[in-house]
Amino acid sequence: MKTLMLGNEAVARGLYEAGCCFVSSYPGTPSTEITESVAKYEEVYAEWAPNEKVALEAALGASLAGKRSFCAMKHVGLNVAADPLFTISYTGVNAGLLIGVADDAGMHSSQNEQDSRHYAQAAKIPMLEPSDSAEALAFAKLAYELSEEYDTAVLIKMCTRVSHSQSVVETGERVLPEQKTYEKNPAKYIMMPANAKRRHPEVEARTKALTAWAETADINRVEPGTDKSCGIVTSSTCYQYVKEAFGDTYPVLKLGMIWPMPEQKIKDFAASVDKLVVVEELDGFVESHCRNLGLTVSGKELFTEIGELSQNLVKEKLGEAVQTGPVLSEDIPARPPVMCAGCPHRSIFYVLKKLKLTVLGDIGCYTLGAVAPLNAIDTTVCMGASVSGLHGFVKAGGEESAGRTVAVIGDSTFIHSGVTGLINIAYNESNATVIILDNSITGMTGHQQNPTTGYNLKGDPCTKIDLESLCRAVGINRVRVVDPYDMEACQTVIQEELAANEPSVIISRRPCALLKYVKHPGPICSDPEKCKGCKACMNIGCPAISMVDGKAVIDATLCVGCGVCEQLCKFGALGAEK
Amino acid sequence: METKNIMIVGVGGQGTLLASKLLGRLLLTKGFDVKVSEVHGMSQRGGSVVTYVRWGDRVCSPIIDKGQADCILSFELLEAARYTEYLKPGGRIIVNSQQVNPMPVIAGAAVYPENLEEKLGGLGIHVDALDALSLAEEAGSSKAVNLVLMGRLAKHFDFTTKEWMDAIEHSVPPKFLELNKKAFELGQSA
Repeated sequence: MKTLMLGNEAVARGLYEAGCCFVSSYPGTPSTEITESVAKYEEVYAEWAPNEKVALEAALGASLAGKRSFCAMKHVGLNVAADPLFTISYTGVNAGLLIGVADDAGMHSSQNEQDSRHYAQAAKIPMLEPSDSAEALAFAKLAYELSEEYDTAVLIKMCTRVSHSQSVVETGERVLPEQKTYEKNPAKYIMMPANAKRRHPEVEARTKALTAWAETADINRVEPGTDKSCGIVTSSTCYQYVKEAFGDTYPVLKLGMIWPMPEQKIKDFAASVDKLVVVEELDGFVESHCRNLGLTVSGKELFTEIGELSQNLVKEKLGEAVQTGPVLSEDIPARPPVMCAGCPHRSIFYVLKKLKLTVLGDIGCYTLGAVAPLNAIDTTVCMGASVSGLHGFVKAGGEESAGRTVAVIGDSTFIHSGVTGLINIAYNESNATVIILDNSITGMTGHQQNPTTGYNLKGDPCTKIDLESLCRAVGINRVRVVDPYDMEACQTVIQEELAANEPSVIISRRPCALLKYVKHPGPICSDPEKCKGCKACMNIGCPAISMVDGKAVIDATLCVGCGVCEQLCKFGALGAEK
Repeated sequence: METKNIMIVGVGGQGTLLASKLLGRLLLTKGFDVKVSEVHGMSQRGGSVVTYVRWGDRVCSPIIDKGQADCILSFELLEAARYTEYLKPGGRIIVNSQQVNPMPVIAGAAVYPENLEEKLGGLGIHVDALDALSLAEEAGSSKAVNLVLMGRLAKHFDFTTKEWMDAIEHSVPPKFLELNKKAFELGQSA
C-alpha cells in the first residue's frame, strides 16, 4: 500500500517489517519519532532508556540474546553512546543490531552541528544514509541483512530533512527471521586485551569486505546524465537537492552507504566526467575520501560546512542563476521560540534573575530561560553539564561563588546525566545548589515519558523514580520541593539553600502546562482602570501579555491563568475574571 | 506536470502541521508524488514555523526554496511578510489577518509593522486576506483556524468537496470532526 510517511516513521516501518523485536532509545530531535512510531507496533518491544549509552548497551544485549534490535538517538546522543559504540565494533553482533542517528544541520533544535559520519569511520561501523522515506524503509531492512552477514552493528544516518519530511513509501509484511540462540563465546564478547587484540584484525578484514560490497552494491548507483562536463557525488538529502536543481543533466553517483565508501567505483565515475564535484552537508567527508583516492575534486570550496544546503544553493554554486521573490522594504521582527503561556519554568527564571545569580543551564525547553526578557542563564553545553559544571565552578570560585551560583536541569535530563554530577557534588563536597525543574515529562522533544513520570513509552504505568529519595541516597541532606508558581516561596527557599553550608537540591515541581491532564483555571483579565502601565508584568516574557496603548492586555486564547503575572502587579490590575 | 509548491507558515502551536498532513494526504490520494517537510522541536514553542508541501509527477527536494512557492498559506500576518521572498513571480498569499506579537515586539525591542496587508499588496503578488480567527470562533473554536484556511485554499484546487471532507475525516479526531468541517466550509465561503 502506498502511503505518506515521515522518514522517521519509515525507519520504524522498516524495523517492523525486518522482524525487529527490541528497541531502546533516548528521545532527541530529529530522531524521536522513529522510536515513537515503532512503539505503535504491538509485536515490537520498545522503551525509553535513561540515556543513549544505556539504550545502546540494552540493544546490544538484546542482539546477543538473539533478537534483532535497534537504538535511536540524535547526533549528540551518539557522543553519549560512543563508549559502547567503539567496542561493539569489536564484539560484533548475534542477531542484527542497528543504530539510528539523526544529524541536525542548520541546528533547528540542537546545541551543535556535528557530522555523525565521522563516527562510522572512527568506530569502523558501516553507515547507510537514506535520502527519503522509501529509502529509509528499504535501508533499515537491508541494514539488518548486512549486520548479520558481516557480523557488525550498522548505523542508519538520518538528518532533519529526511527524518521530518513525509514522502511516499510502499509498505510490506513483517517477516520474522529465524530465531538465533545465544552461545557463549568469550573470545568474541569479552573485550579484554588478549581477546580484543584478536578481534581488531577481524574489524579491519570486515571493513575490507564491506568496501568490496560497496563497489557493487545497488545502493551506490550511478545515474547517467546528458552533460558530462560535471559529475556529482552526493548522498542523503543533498541528492534530492542535486536532482531538483539539475534533473538528469549531470551524471550523479548516489551513495547509499556513506562508510565504508567504494574506491574503484568512484575512480571510474571520476574518469567518466570532466570535473568531479561532491555535494554534501557539513564536513567534506566524501570529498576527503576522493582526495585520498588521488582524485581532483571540488567540494567545500563551493559548498559551505555551515548549515543546510538547498536546491538554490546547489544551482548557484554550480553556475546557474536563481530568481527569488519580492521582499518588503522594512524590518520584519524575528519570532524566536518562547516558553509557553503557563510554563512552570518561567517564574523560576524570573526569581533567579531577580536574585542576580549565576545560572549554569542545561538541555531542554528551559534553555529558553536564556533569552530576553528573562536572560537568566549563563551557560548551556550538553546533557548534565549544569550539575557537573556547577561543582567545578563553586570549587574554583570558593564560598562567595557558592552563595550566588546555581544549576538548573530538567527531570529527564537529570536522570540522563545529571545524577552522576550530583554524586560528584556529594562525594567531593562542593557547596552547590542544584535546582531540578521537574515538569513531569520530557518536554522539548514533544512529551516523552521518562523514569520520573511513572509511565513507560507504551503508556503503561510503571516504577516511578522518587527524585527526593534519589538525591538523599547519593548524599544530599538538604532536599526541598517548591511550587514554581509561588514566586515568593521559591525566592525564600533558593536564598536559604544558597546560604546553607552544604550542598542542596531544590525540586521545582509542576507539570508542563501543555500536558493534557493538567487542568488550568482559565484566562485572567486585566483591568485598564487599575493598570498604571508600569510594565512589571512584561518582565516575565509571557506571550499572553502585551502592552496596548500603554495598558497591559491579556490574550485570552493563550492565557491559562497560572497567576504568575498577578504576583508582579502592585496595583491589582491582573486577576481572575470577577 | 511541473512540481507545485505550497508553504504553510505560522506561529508554533497554531496547527500548521495538521494542515500540511491533511493536504499531503489528499494529494497522495489524487495520485501525485508528494513530499511534506515539517519542523519539530524547539521552534514549535511559539516560534516561526514553516512546512513545505510539494506535489507533481516526481518531487525531489523536500523543501521549497526562495522563488519557488506558488502559494503561501499564512496563519499570521507577520509570518506572511517574512516569507514573501519564497514566492514565484505573481504568486499568491492567503493570509489570516490575525496579528500575534512576537516576543521582541512584546518586550518592546521591535515594532510590529503597520498596514502589512496593503504593503503585501504592493509587491505585485496576489494577497487574499481573511479573518480566519473570527471564522474559527464562529465554527466553535479558535483552534480551527487551520481548517478555515484550508477551506480558503480549497478554492484554488479542482478537488471535490467530498474529497476534502474525506481528507478532513482522516486527519482530525472524530470528536472535533463537525467543528472542523464547519470551519472548512466557513473558510470556503468567506
